[in-house]
Amino acid sequence: MSVTRGSKAAESKRRAAPHRRVPPTGRTPAWWGMVLFVTTEGMLFSCLLASYFYIRFSSRGPWPPGGIENPELTKPLVMTALLVSSSLPMLWADWAVRHGRTGQLKGGLALTLLLGATFLGLQGSEYKEKFEMFSWSENVYGSLFYGITGFHGTHVAVGLVMILFTIVAALRGKFSAKRHERVRLVAFYWHFVDAVWVFILFTIYLSPKL
Amino acid sequence: MSIVDAAGAHRAAEEAAGERVARHWPEGHGLRGWITTVDHKRIGRRYMVTAGVFFTLAGIEALVMRTQLALPEGRVVSPGVYDQLFSLHGTVMIFFFATPMLFGFGNFLLPLMVGTRDMAFPRFNAFGYWVFAAAGLFMFASLLFGVAPNAGWFAYVPLSGERYNPDLNLDVYSLGLLFLGISTTGSGINFIATALKLRAPGMTLSRVPVFVWALVVTSFMVVFALPPLNLANAMLFLDRRFGTKFFVPSGGGDALLWQHLFWLFGHPDVYIIVLPALGIVSAIVPTFSRRPIAAYPVIVLATVATGIISFGVWVHHMFAVGLPQLAMTFFSAASIVITIPAGIQIFSWLGTMLLGRVVLAVPMMWALGFVFVFVLGGVTGVMFAIVPFDQQTTDSYFVVAHFHYVLFGGAVFPIIGGVFYWWPKFTGRRTNVRAGLWSFWLVFAGFNLTFFPMHIAGLLGMPRRVYTFSPGLGWDPWNLLSTVGAYLLAVGLLVTLVTLLHSLRRGAQAPPDPWGGETLEWATSSPPRPHDFAVIPTVYSLHPLWDQLSLDSFGEESRSRLHVLDEGHDVLRTTELDAEPQRSLEMPEDTPIPFVAAFGLLIAFTSLLLGGYFAAIAGAAVFGLALMWWLWPRERPGGSGDGGPAKGGGEGSGEEGGRAGGEREGASA
Repeated sequence: MSVTRGSKAAESKRRAAPHRRVPPTGRTPAWWGMVLFVTTEGMLFSCLLASYFYIRFSSRGPWPPGGIENPELTKPLVMTALLVSSSLPMLWADWAVRHGRTGQLKGGLALTLLLGATFLGLQGSEYKEKFEMFSWSENVYGSLFYGITGFHGTHVAVGLVMILFTIVAALRGKFSAKRHERVRLVAFYWHFVDAVWVFILFTIYLSPKL
Repeated sequence: MSIVDAAGAHRAAEEAAGERVARHWPEGHGLRGWITTVDHKRIGRRYMVTAGVFFTLAGIEALVMRTQLALPEGRVVSPGVYDQLFSLHGTVMIFFFATPMLFGFGNFLLPLMVGTRDMAFPRFNAFGYWVFAAAGLFMFASLLFGVAPNAGWFAYVPLSGERYNPDLNLDVYSLGLLFLGISTTGSGINFIATALKLRAPGMTLSRVPVFVWALVVTSFMVVFALPPLNLANAMLFLDRRFGTKFFVPSGGGDALLWQHLFWLFGHPDVYIIVLPALGIVSAIVPTFSRRPIAAYPVIVLATVATGIISFGVWVHHMFAVGLPQLAMTFFSAASIVITIPAGIQIFSWLGTMLLGRVVLAVPMMWALGFVFVFVLGGVTGVMFAIVPFDQQTTDSYFVVAHFHYVLFGGAVFPIIGGVFYWWPKFTGRRTNVRAGLWSFWLVFAGFNLTFFPMHIAGLLGMPRRVYTFSPGLGWDPWNLLSTVGAYLLAVGLLVTLVTLLHSLRRGAQAPPDPWGGETLEWATSSPPRPHDFAVIPTVYSLHPLWDQLSLDSFGEESRSRLHVLDEGHDVLRTTELDAEPQRSLEMPEDTPIPFVAAFGLLIAFTSLLLGGYFAAIAGAAVFGLALMWWLWPRERPGGSGDGGPAKGGGEGSGEEGGRAGGEREGASA
C-alpha cells in the first residue's frame, strides 16, 4: 500500500519536473507597483496612528478626554473576526485561479465580498451609536476616532469595489491559470487592509485599556 | 564588423531592426496625439516645459518681492499681496518646479539610460503629468482671485488655521498639494518599477548609472515621505472646513503635530530635490573628465545613505520651538552626520576631475559652478545643525540665504547644466557655446550677488518674510545689493532661455552622441525615435558606450528575438538584481483615459474647494469609472494571446521559459 503511494508521489514529481527546469519568471512591474502602493499607504496609516499616540501622550488629563467613555469591545472584536477571516477566502480564490479553477475563484471572491460588506455594515451601526455620544468636531479624540476608522473604512470600501470588479471580470471569463495577476494584486491590497485593521483595533479599542 | 562609437552602435541597430520595430511604435499627431500620448519622451519634455513655466512665474514673484525690498519703506505691493507672493513663490518652487522638473529629466532619461523603450507604466505616467499640470493650474489660478496661499510654504498652524485665515487661501494650499501628491507618488512608483524590471540585460546593480540610482533613491523617499505631508494637509483641510480639532489646542489638538508631520516630509524633500540634481552632476562630470566616475560604489552608497539618514533630521527645523534638550541633541548629531555622504559625493567628483582630462564645455561649467555654491550652502547647513547657532539665526535672512544656496545652487545649477547637456537629446539641436557661457557667468554672478548679501542681512537681524523694513537698521546696502543681483540673475536666466529657444530654430542638427557620453541614451538618435532602441543592447560595464563588448552588442543582438522584440509594442523584462532577461512585456498604446481620469480629479478638487460636495463626488466618480475602464482586462489587438507563438524565448533554454510562461503579458497600468 505504502509502496504504491510512494510510487504515485514519485510519478507526480516526475510530471512536475519539466516545470522546475523553467527559470523562474520573477515579479512583474505590476507586482512592484502594488507593493510600493501598499508601502506608501502603510506609511500613511503609520503616521495617522503615530498622530493618535502623539496627541494622547502629550495631552494631560484622562484619555479619552471630555467625558467620552472608553469604547465598547464586543462589536469591534466581531468586526475584527469578520475582516481578518475574510482573508482566507481571498487566499483560496488566488490559489484557485492559479490552478485554473475559475468556479472556486468566483466563490472565494464572493465570500470575501460578503464578509467585507458585513464589516462595513457593522461599522455603520457602530458609528450610529457613537454619533449619539460624540461627533468628530467635539474634540481631538472625536477627530482621531472618526478620522482613523473612517479612513480605514474608505479603504475597505475601495477594496470591495476592487473585488466586485474582479468578480465581474471573472464572470466574463477574463481569468485563467495563465492569466491571473490581477487577482493576486487585488488580494494583496485586501490583505493589507485587513492587516491595518488589526493595528487600528489595538490603537483605538485596546490601548486605552492598557 | 566592429562598432567604434555610439553613433555607429545606433546605426547598426537601426539598420538591422529599425523598420521592423518602428512599425509597432506609431506616433500620434495633432491634438488627439497630443492628449493621448504615453511616450515617455514626450511626457518628459512636457514635464520640463511646464515646470519651466512655473519656474518663470514664481521667479517673477521673487522679482516683485526684491523690488519691494530694494529700499526701506517700499510700497510696490500691499502686505497681504506680499504674503501671497512669498508663500506661492516657495510652494511653487519646491513642489511645482523642482521635483516635477527633475521628474521630467527622469521620465525622458531613465528608460533611455537603462536601455528600454518606455516607462513601466506608460499610461500612469501620462496621468501623472496631467495631474501635475492640473494641480499647477489650480494653484496659480488662486492668485488671480486673490486667494493664493499666504501662510508661508510650510503653513504653520495656528496661522494657517481657520481662525486666523478664514478665506480660501489655505484650502487652496492643502488641496493643491494633496492633488499634486497623487502625481508625485505615482511617478516615484513608476521610476522604481522601471529601474527594477526594465533594465537592459547585463545591467546588474553595479552597472546602473549614478543618475538612475539617485532617481530610485529619490523615488523611495517619495514613497515614504509624502504620506506625512498628505496626512497633514488632509487634517488641515478637515480642521478648516469641517471643524475637526487635530491642530486646535482648545479642542485638545496639538499645533506642533503639524510641524512634526510637515518636517517629517519636509527635510527628506530637500534631498528629494537635491539627490536627482546631484545625479545630473554625476552624469556630466565623467563625460567631461573623459573617464568613469571615481569611487562608483562609494557614491552610490552615499546616495542611499543620504536617503535613509534624511528621515532622522527633521527636528532641526524646529530647534526654536522648545522641544526637550535630549531630542534636539539627537537631531543635531544626525544633521551633522548627513553632511558626510554629501561630502563623499563632492570628493568623488573632484577625484574624477583630478584623474581625468577636464573639458570645460558649457554643461561642465554649470557643474563646476554647482560644486562651488553647493559647498557654500553646505557650510551654512552644518552651522544650522548646531543648536545654539540655529536658535540665534532661525527665521532670519541667513536661513533664506542658506536654502537658496542649497536649492538654487544644488538643484537649479545642475538642472540648467543638465538641460545644456541633454538638449541635443531632447530636441535634436545643438546650443551656441558662447551664448551658453554668457548665460552661465551671468547667472553665477547674479546668483551670488543676490543671495550672498542675505547672509549678512540675516546676521544683522533681518527676519525673513517681512514685506518692508525701516531705514537705519544697517540692512539697506545689503538689500539693495540683493535686488541688483536679482535683476542680474533674471537677465542671466533670460539669456539662458533665449539661447535655448534660438537653438530650436537655428541650432545645428545634433548627431546621436555630441559629447562622447558613456551611458546608453547617447546610442539613440537625437531626439530618439518613439521606440528608442531598435536593438536592446547587452551591457557589460558601468560605461557601456566606452566598452567594445557593449557597443558590439548593438549589432550582434539584432539576431536575438528577445533583444529586438519586433512582434508588437514590446519591451524586455529582466530580473531585479542581475538584469537576466525574462520575457517580453507588451506595453499599452496611446489612450485618452489618463487625461479623462485627471480631469475628473480636477473637477473633484475644485468642487471640494468651492464647497460643491455633490460635484466633488461626481468628479471622483468620473475618476473611478475611468480607472475601471483603464484596468479592465482585455485582449489587445494584435496580441498573440494564449495560443500564439511563444515570444519570451530567445536562444537556448530561454525558449522554454517563454513558452511555459504562455502568453505575452500586458502591463497593467
